Amino acid sequence: MAATFHGVGATVAALSSSSSSSSSSSPSNSFGSKILLSSPSRSFSVRKRASFTMVRSEGSMNFDLNFKGRRAQQLIANAVATKADSSPASSSSKPGHELLLFEALREGLEEEMERDPRVCVMGEDVGHYGGSYKVTKGLATKFGDLRVLDTPIAENSFTGMGIGAAMTGLRPVVEGMNMGFLLLAFNQISNNCGMLHYTSGGQFTIPIVIRGPGGVGRQLGAEHSQRLESYFQSIPGIQMVACSTPYNAKGLMKAAIRSENPVILFEHVLLYNLKERIPDEDYICNLEEAEMVRPGEHVTILTYSRMRYHVMQAAKTLVNKGYDPEVIDIRSLKPFDLYTIGNSVKKTHRVLIVEECMRTGGIGASLIAAITENFNDYLDAPIMCLSSQDVPTPYAGTLEEWTVVQPAQIVAAVEQLCQ
Amino acid sequence: MSLSHHHLNTNILPTLSATIPTPFPLVFSAPIVSFLSFIFYSPLSLPSSPPIFSPFPSSLPTRKKMATAFSPSKFAAQPFPLNTTSQNNPLTIPTTASPFLGSTRKLIRLSSSSNLNIRRRSGTVVAVSDVVKENKSKSTLNLLITKEEGLELYEDMVLGRAFEDMCAQMYYRGKMFGFVHLYNGQEAISTGFIKLLKQQDSVVSTYRDHVHALSKGVSARAVMSELFGKTTGCCRGQGGSMHMFSREHNVLGGFAFIGEGIPVATGAAFTSKYKREVLKEADCDHVTLAFFGDGTCNNGQFFECLNMAALWKLPIVFVVENNLWAIGMSHLRATSDPQIYKKGPAFGMPGVHVNGMDVLKVREVAKEAIGRARRGEGPTLVECETYRFRGHSLADPDELRDPAEKAHYAARDPITALKKYLIENSLASEADLKAIDKKIDEVVEEAVEFADESPVPPRSQLLENVFADPKGFGIGPDGQYRCEDPKFTEGTAQV
Repeated sequence: MAATFHGVGATVAALSSSSSSSSSSSPSNSFGSKILLSSPSRSFSVRKRASFTMVRSEGSMNFDLNFKGRRAQQLIANAVATKADSSPASSSSKPGHELLLFEALREGLEEEMERDPRVCVMGEDVGHYGGSYKVTKGLATKFGDLRVLDTPIAENSFTGMGIGAAMTGLRPVVEGMNMGFLLLAFNQISNNCGMLHYTSGGQFTIPIVIRGPGGVGRQLGAEHSQRLESYFQSIPGIQMVACSTPYNAKGLMKAAIRSENPVILFEHVLLYNLKERIPDEDYICNLEEAEMVRPGEHVTILTYSRMRYHVMQAAKTLVNKGYDPEVIDIRSLKPFDLYTIGNSVKKTHRVLIVEECMRTGGIGASLIAAITENFNDYLDAPIMCLSSQDVPTPYAGTLEEWTVVQPAQIVAAVEQLCQ
Repeated sequence: MSLSHHHLNTNILPTLSATIPTPFPLVFSAPIVSFLSFIFYSPLSLPSSPPIFSPFPSSLPTRKKMATAFSPSKFAAQPFPLNTTSQNNPLTIPTTASPFLGSTRKLIRLSSSSNLNIRRRSGTVVAVSDVVKENKSKSTLNLLITKEEGLELYEDMVLGRAFEDMCAQMYYRGKMFGFVHLYNGQEAISTGFIKLLKQQDSVVSTYRDHVHALSKGVSARAVMSELFGKTTGCCRGQGGSMHMFSREHNVLGGFAFIGEGIPVATGAAFTSKYKREVLKEADCDHVTLAFFGDGTCNNGQFFECLNMAALWKLPIVFVVENNLWAIGMSHLRATSDPQIYKKGPAFGMPGVHVNGMDVLKVREVAKEAIGRARRGEGPTLVECETYRFRGHSLADPDELRDPAEKAHYAARDPITALKKYLIENSLASEADLKAIDKKIDEVVEEAVEFADESPVPPRSQLLENVFADPKGFGIGPDGQYRCEDPKFTEGTAQV
């Protein structure tokens, strides 16, 4: 049964009704932008023209984010066809409930807030507005304005405020409306969040969670398409995780809130509307572990966040061509889970890293260094790393497409690696 | 509560009347007086809206009425202010006559003393003998402090001074390194404010934090060991001079970058409000004090936090230690409107200016500001005019500041002033104070000995405390968490 994928702006799809409403966009369409007037900017409702079919995700989600690519849609048609028989049967018999990724995040957050009264949320528009991606919708009504705090636009200061609150006993979840805005909070994140536990000699813990959507979206422009994981990865004292499915989104959110360490949770703008069936019972995902998405024999593909889906799409093609890739979603960007990665390298002897980060100084660069240091003897070929181009993300759709790694490139890379 | 007028006025110019016995001896030469008057005095322009509070009620002979939201009852009946001449209620408005750009060298010569005399004459004129008689008969009512309090304040300030002097000695002997910023001259602010706090109240400071930690209750030994980098230091030797923390005494640091601590203080105040309103700990009235300097008041974090604190009425007091210099940058050269206290009302909170060399005045203002915060009325911005007798840090040659300026403030040493007050008001004898001096010397000596004898941190301490949960170091290639690796606890593992 194909579920409709509402398009990337589906978080405000409820508010923006038709595809022709791009000029009369509601203020909600300007989420993520600091401009509060609703200018007739390109709104996400335009995207609703193309509806995509979605397959239940068990690590093998397929959808096409580029509705212009007809060839890509044919690939999807294949994917749907192969899964169509299994889905109707599975939806009724499997336990758990179905929800979208942003709802999974909200569920995790809500459960933790119910469980521990010290958990609170701070950020711009998290309260009455419900969050610019609706992750905190309804929480302010339920928990009150102080527990779900609408802050003024002062990232550095409210992140610092979250750190001060964490030092004195609360467990705040600080939301950056877009991860890029957290660049303004870099001072607090680096100096205080990462360092205070150490410089205080262990006296103060900072159990803060800093979360927000990042990554290259749908023509959001250079500043809203940043990938901050590469900038934050050197900060000692913090952990970074990236979620990619509703299951691990909820699990990582809960684990991050329960952790005594400061955790930065990277979400992706384009993944908020993924639908998946998740268990009803309480569960968490380990913050330091990677996720085995698809076991294989020929090559290890390491990825995270949105690129996981490009990789899985490429995997379909690769399988058709006779390759057997092992796909691992590393999830934990800092520290790396070298055990899972190492076991995989020892099995396949070939590594391909697919990431959305920039080429220079990105997660991939660190991962190459870590793997080379630890598992050099097991490698049959140099590690290949596919990253985004070192350019500010252009606005034009075609240019933006070429900035990030596309499935075709992944297929070509694997073919080259496995020669 | 209407927030339309939040002007608070404080007379920072000490009285010129050397003949009339006053609590604090103030020695001036005319150019220095004019220097101050130039910055802080405007003879005629008064605010259009009355200030919100003053520790002294409107019975003072001032030019304007003051609406008081608070008046300490023990002063209500007093017809004369403690400082007898007209301008000396702590809350008159100082405003600059005109903006000034340039070094203070020019400042001193600029303003004319004739202006000053005119202002001085506009207040009440009393005969010297009458005032002396009044003071003596009202001495028991006039006093701001009891003997115990006076001795406590004296001891705290002397501890701060002696400790910092010892720090300088130790630094030049090579016992401590790096950037060390000393607090000499500013003790009145630390003592005046922090001695009013409870243990659960929090203090957030900057790199000039030794004395804040000491006033809050951290032992001299712990601070000295920390400076020496020993493992018995309050932060296990991992923080150093600029990062003094104490969980037990709620000292939340010690921050090296200016302005960095202000949001943290705002967060601590937020927790206090949260505990009261969400966690329903009804009696939680913890107050946070954020100390920072004049240079910080041009920083974005300062303004952002003023906004948030006033918006949510957080129980915090922002204390500006305006010592006029940010390393070598004069406050007047860096700030468009040098009167920092005026920035409070812009955000909807009272702004007070107080003479930061006078511990009793600071204490009075602090009582009100902390009281406001405790009652849930919101934040206050207190600007304390003060001075650091030494350079910015021990590495600063301090060549830029005018010797005349330094001499002027050296004459207003807060410790000498308090000593004089205690003796003149028969609160303590010379012998009492000398005994305290001696006791503090011993405390500081003992602290140095303790620090000298303490061990340096072992290698195993290197990787501790990076994470509260050391699982944050991740899973190693062997499948085990790295923190379980024995090399880890030895500090020899590579991360």
